[in-house]
Amino acid sequence: MATKKYWKGLEELKNSPEFVKNANNEFAEQVSVEAFLGDNNLAVNTGTDRRDFLKFLGFSLVAASLAACETPVNTAIPYVVKPEEITPGVANWYASTYFDGRDYASILVKTREGRPIKISGNPISKVTNGATNARIQASVLSLYDSSRLQGPTINGKADTWSNVDKEIAQKLAAITNKAGSIRILSSTVISPSTKSVIADFTAKYPSTKHITYDAISYAGITNANAKVFGQAIIPSYKFENAQVIVSIGADFLVNWIENFSMPYAKNRKVSKDKKEMSKHYQFESNLSLSGANADERIPVKVSEHGKVAVNLYNEIARLAGIQSIPSTKLPCDAIIKKVASDLYNNKGKSLVVCGSNDTNLQLIIIEINTLLGSYGKTIDMETPNYLNQSNDKEFADLTSEMEAGKIDAIITYNTNPVYTAPGSLKFAEAYNKVPLRISFADRADETAALANYICPDHHYLESWNDFNPKKAHYSLSQPTIRPLFSAVDSGTRQAQETLLKWSGSSVAYYAYIQKIWADKVYPMQGKYMVFSEFWNNSLHDGAIEVGNGLEALPSNTKDKSQQPIVEIKEEKKLPEQINLKEIANKINSLNSSEIELALYEKVGMGNGIQANNPWLQELPDPISKITWDNYVTMSPVEMKQRGYKLMERQDREASVVSITVNGTSIELPVIPQPGQALGTIGIAVGYGREKAGKLSLQTGTIIGKNAFPFISMLDGTFNYSAFDVKIENTNKTTEIAGTQVHHTLMAREIVKETTLEKYLKDPKSGNKDEMLITHAGPKKAATIDLWDEHEKLGHKWGMTIDLNSCIGCGSCVIACGAENNVAVVGKDQVMKTREMQWIRIDRYYSSDMNKDIASEVGEGAIDMYLDMENPSTANPKVVFQPMMCQHCSHAPCETVCPVLATNHSSDGLNHMTYNRCVGTRYCANNCPYKVRRFNWFNYNENKDFTFNPSQDDLGRMVLNPDVVVRSRGVMEKCSMCVQRIQKGKLDAKTAERKLVDGDINTACAEACPANAILFGDVNDPSSEISLLRKREENERNYFILEELGVKPSVSYLTKVRNCDETIEEGKSNKKNSETIEA
Amino acid sequence: MQHESEIRTPLILGNKSYHQISEDIARPIEGKSTKLWYILLTISAILFLWGIACLSYTIGVGIGVWGSNNGVAWAWDITNFVWWIGIGHAGTLISAVLLLFRQKWRMGINRSAEAMTIFAVMCAAIFVTLHTGRPWLDYWLFPLPNQFGSLWINFNSPLVWDVFAVSTYFSVSLVFWYTGLIPDFAMIRDRAVKPTFKKIYSILSFGWGGGARHWSRFEEVSLVLAGLSTPLVFSVHSIVSMDFATSVVPGWHTTIFPPYFVAGAIFSGFAMVLTLLLIMRKVYRLENYITIKHVEYMNIVIIVTGSIVGVAYLTELFISWYSGVEYEQYAFLNRATGPYWWAYAAMMTCNVISPQLFWFKKLRTSLTFTFIMSIIVNIGMWFERFVIIVPTLCRTYLPSSWNMYHPTFVDIGIFSGTIGMFFTFFLLFTRYFPVIAQAELKSIMKSSGQEHKDKRAH
Repeated sequence: MATKKYWKGLEELKNSPEFVKNANNEFAEQVSVEAFLGDNNLAVNTGTDRRDFLKFLGFSLVAASLAACETPVNTAIPYVVKPEEITPGVANWYASTYFDGRDYASILVKTREGRPIKISGNPISKVTNGATNARIQASVLSLYDSSRLQGPTINGKADTWSNVDKEIAQKLAAITNKAGSIRILSSTVISPSTKSVIADFTAKYPSTKHITYDAISYAGITNANAKVFGQAIIPSYKFENAQVIVSIGADFLVNWIENFSMPYAKNRKVSKDKKEMSKHYQFESNLSLSGANADERIPVKVSEHGKVAVNLYNEIARLAGIQSIPSTKLPCDAIIKKVASDLYNNKGKSLVVCGSNDTNLQLIIIEINTLLGSYGKTIDMETPNYLNQSNDKEFADLTSEMEAGKIDAIITYNTNPVYTAPGSLKFAEAYNKVPLRISFADRADETAALANYICPDHHYLESWNDFNPKKAHYSLSQPTIRPLFSAVDSGTRQAQETLLKWSGSSVAYYAYIQKIWADKVYPMQGKYMVFSEFWNNSLHDGAIEVGNGLEALPSNTKDKSQQPIVEIKEEKKLPEQINLKEIANKINSLNSSEIELALYEKVGMGNGIQANNPWLQELPDPISKITWDNYVTMSPVEMKQRGYKLMERQDREASVVSITVNGTSIELPVIPQPGQALGTIGIAVGYGREKAGKLSLQTGTIIGKNAFPFISMLDGTFNYSAFDVKIENTNKTTEIAGTQVHHTLMAREIVKETTLEKYLKDPKSGNKDEMLITHAGPKKAATIDLWDEHEKLGHKWGMTIDLNSCIGCGSCVIACGAENNVAVVGKDQVMKTREMQWIRIDRYYSSDMNKDIASEVGEGAIDMYLDMENPSTANPKVVFQPMMCQHCSHAPCETVCPVLATNHSSDGLNHMTYNRCVGTRYCANNCPYKVRRFNWFNYNENKDFTFNPSQDDLGRMVLNPDVVVRSRGVMEKCSMCVQRIQKGKLDAKTAERKLVDGDINTACAEACPANAILFGDVNDPSSEISLLRKREENERNYFILEELGVKPSVSYLTKVRNCDETIEEGKSNKKNSETIEA
Repeated sequence: MQHESEIRTPLILGNKSYHQISEDIARPIEGKSTKLWYILLTISAILFLWGIACLSYTIGVGIGVWGSNNGVAWAWDITNFVWWIGIGHAGTLISAVLLLFRQKWRMGINRSAEAMTIFAVMCAAIFVTLHTGRPWLDYWLFPLPNQFGSLWINFNSPLVWDVFAVSTYFSVSLVFWYTGLIPDFAMIRDRAVKPTFKKIYSILSFGWGGGARHWSRFEEVSLVLAGLSTPLVFSVHSIVSMDFATSVVPGWHTTIFPPYFVAGAIFSGFAMVLTLLLIMRKVYRLENYITIKHVEYMNIVIIVTGSIVGVAYLTELFISWYSGVEYEQYAFLNRATGPYWWAYAAMMTCNVISPQLFWFKKLRTSLTFTFIMSIIVNIGMWFERFVIIVPTLCRTYLPSSWNMYHPTFVDIGIFSGTIGMFFTFFLLFTRYFPVIAQAELKSIMKSSGQEHKDKRAH
């Protein structure tokens, strides 16, 4: 073996003793500390000199200032133990149910990281079929309402549940001992379990009586049905089966009994394959949403509604060869005759409804429907609707009992009678005379504020409950979040659990519901063999339909609370003998007065239960387009006579008038409402809530005025109209926050429409192609282009909106706002035309003037256009047109942005890059559709906008984490829910499949109860939208302002009216007015 | 030396000698300010400060404090921008175009006209930079290399063209103006006795020696800059007009805009020059330099450009009718008869009808009348921009979006603030800068043998 020696260096080779010593001592000892410090020289040399001092000074200054900079407080805490069902960034959906005593819908709740953020309809439900309305869509924000009570109160002071329970139990026991009366006053209860809970409570305190009272009552219909059929019920109306619909003052689309927009719209669609559509007549005094959608609308004074019904009965009776009843002559008798023959010719396919709460009037309607054979066809008596069980008489009796001091305790649940009761009943005074007043209200509202005890209930999104909206239909609600206010012995508590506790039971309401369902609902179905399976599936689906329904019928019998809830057999009384003559005489005896008032509900505010919800306050009314207020609607003709401000030419200033009914008066602005019957005015209820919550503080004023006191009692039912009305001009003016201040189309082909007759002859009627004149003759506008086509790569998202289906209800506006975190800007900003909503519904009235008339009467262009600005005052036709970013393929906004903040995506979207936006607003100017919205202020921080949900710690929780909250100075607009598109694509990618049609839907299309909006990929030839566009290509499909060459991605389908020629009417109107002037 | 026909009235009156001219021009700078000057300065400064306050409020809170809205996204901001830019045009036209055309009469007025240009463009710049939602990001409008990825500006956007046009215009105008000032600053420096005064003016005059070489370079630079400025006179307002002309908005989308805007700009610019000069000649007793002749010449320019503008208005109306396009037709009908008809009427009266009165010699040589007219013309031109912007945007394609615009106190405050700023700067300019280009002016004196000629005439 070779003995080679390797060395590391010459030192090692030399191997001197010094080297050996050092090599062994690897860590050589340095100068000792003492020696170092002792070295005076060193100390002198290392003294801090001026330069070092400055360096240190500079360093410490920078360090100190950096340290002084505030580190943002990050309150987001990651999960320590991640709940199994929650994956950050992935939404969970729960089926649940919305019912507030007014609106019912089976819903799906989208939750993100445990927070409910969006409501959409549950298509499984056979009652609502996935339809919702704006109020239901907005209810998710009401969960995060910081005005809600965070625990029980005793006489207005926060207290603990144990104290409250103890005191109340004692007091209730004392009342029971002395045989005093206890009343539970609630809005309609459709929950079998809740009824059972009330029964348990009644068992413990036998002097209890449950009284059902709804602010908007349909007792007239229940009473009439009781008289005729012996069943005090409201039947199910089947608008989808009706070929001829006649409504006398019933705004049935969103605001009557239930949301009928979906079945109604179903029969309004026409196409190559469906050449029929329903014909809808509407007799009414206010221009309602239903009236706006009607084919023929006949303005009638409120006092004449009954006479219209009587005359209609007579005409039908004549056709049927039945004896007529006494009648009075009406100006609209000719139309009634036509309506009657239309109805009679469609026997079994027609439906007459009436919005009046007068039993007599409803009796006539029942007789009409009987003559028309509607029962069993368009009216389903077998499936009663349980949503409105108000017993107005019992409520009035209760008030007088309370007044007389006969009631010892009153428990109010889900009702606010101090605010909603008729003024004549003086409910508040009577209420204060009750010694023990308990409220389950979630806030100290008008009634609860007067109560001794407020025991706040959970929000419905925090609760368990069950519902029985119609016979044989059940649904459940389940908590989608832990109660927001839950502290030991404080926080909110489910009202049912509270009642159970007072009845001495400590069972959880969840278990209670399960038991009720196991006992009562489960046996009615035959699908599931095991209860747990049935329960889990019902909970999963949210809504179920069971066999032929052996369940309870709500009845107005006095002692129903003592009967078992579910097993009640339908209690059939013998039908009374109806003396139609007498009724007709009674109706005919009603004299009309100079000014008649009809109260109505707005789509946004309803009965005012969600008055503290800024989304709903900012939702433009479908008809008036006014936000943040109620007002008096009056015919412009009468306003002119009375010298009120006519608000013409985009004027926002309105006269303020004082309205006095039965000694109660309120001051409200008066707005011109074309189509308002002469001699009538309308006022919306649901406004003027003084104790709804913080919103009125934040906006600095109580929003609107309360018109509920104007309700009167008529034959034991609430009458929502008044005939003794005094109007006085206060000579004050106020500004109105309308989102649309010009009301006519100015003869522009923005909304294309035709009549059914013309459509059947020529499917392209009303949809004339825009032609451009070229050297080679006229060419279709769409074929001429300055720009190159985009490459057809992958998807191209588009929308098609059927103007025939859109009823203008505004659900899409709220759904869009919730999905896209659209800011609430408040009344002042709306008055400055700065509303933020990404989708709006343009509402146009027809005008008495058009180009044909002008050339006929020889009117010049200036006068013609001036005349066109004014809607027909008497009875305009109304069209609705949803308008959002049209995602133009050749978008004018894109070319003018100097910083490329808005640009085109490969899948056909017009993107908005907020980060890049400098805010020149050039894009907004250059947008032909005016859909761009600018952040004029920092709505999320500016203290003038504290009502904006994103300024509230609680309200902020409603924000969709997938969508950025825009800051000051940037432009925004509809993104076609790009976050949903992205999610759809990613889901498909993860599942390794192709994206299929229907994977993605926008919030507006999803929320539309009329299925008017269809979203999809127009590059996919098999997608629904491509098929629709192909089918309608040479028929009804059109693009707004196609001649500009901007190539929008959103198309519209011509509106088809089932009525006679409109132009002819316009002509005659014009001629009439001329002759009058002459 | 200038050779003038005998029958022509001289451009400088009062038989001034070189020294007298120097004295006259230097007097405001060397002497004490008058009371009137202080009063005017105080008023302007107060307005200016109020404008600054309103601007700070805007920047602090957001442009929501203005009256603009989603329909009318541009309103007073762009109206004022175009108005000020237009006013600036007269200065460049006088100094550059009239220089190239050898119009010697311009020498009495070009200095202050150019100063007016500079200040007017500064006022315009305030609006164009601060009208954005996030003005602190305005630099994104410049093609700067950046770290935001491949982000670049959109060369399709007329706003980008604006950025180039206005910034070029401002810098060229500034250089041109300053170059002309150098010999005059040197004159002040040479006369100055106080050391600080001398120091300041010697810095300002860039060491001007007055040698032949200096003069030669001076003349060359002036000519080159005049050549550069001349196309700018036409390009800037053409490009500004393209902000409107390239859009799809009915009433904006018209090819007539560039020439019509340029004519309008010169029209309003001359009116503003007249407003300023008529005051200045009185306050600083410059009647011999800024003569009736000057005023008359400028009034003639006003008739010509005013008529061009008038023809443009009528052409617009005709073309909109002739186009057969519903939206175009209505846009113009709406301007005249819509809710803002009064603005249109004001524009027509002030811009088209009233300047025609200058056909009467008596009126166009009357100083009082000219002064009133100069103000009327500028009111009219402000309304022209207002009419183009606000009533047009108020009523575009979809009638559902038609709305009204109401200015707020901030809109008014910022506008009056820029007027304050403009006059503040102009007053300071008249106090510290030679208001007449005396060096140039001396070149047109009828000096050689003039006295003898005069004697002979008697």
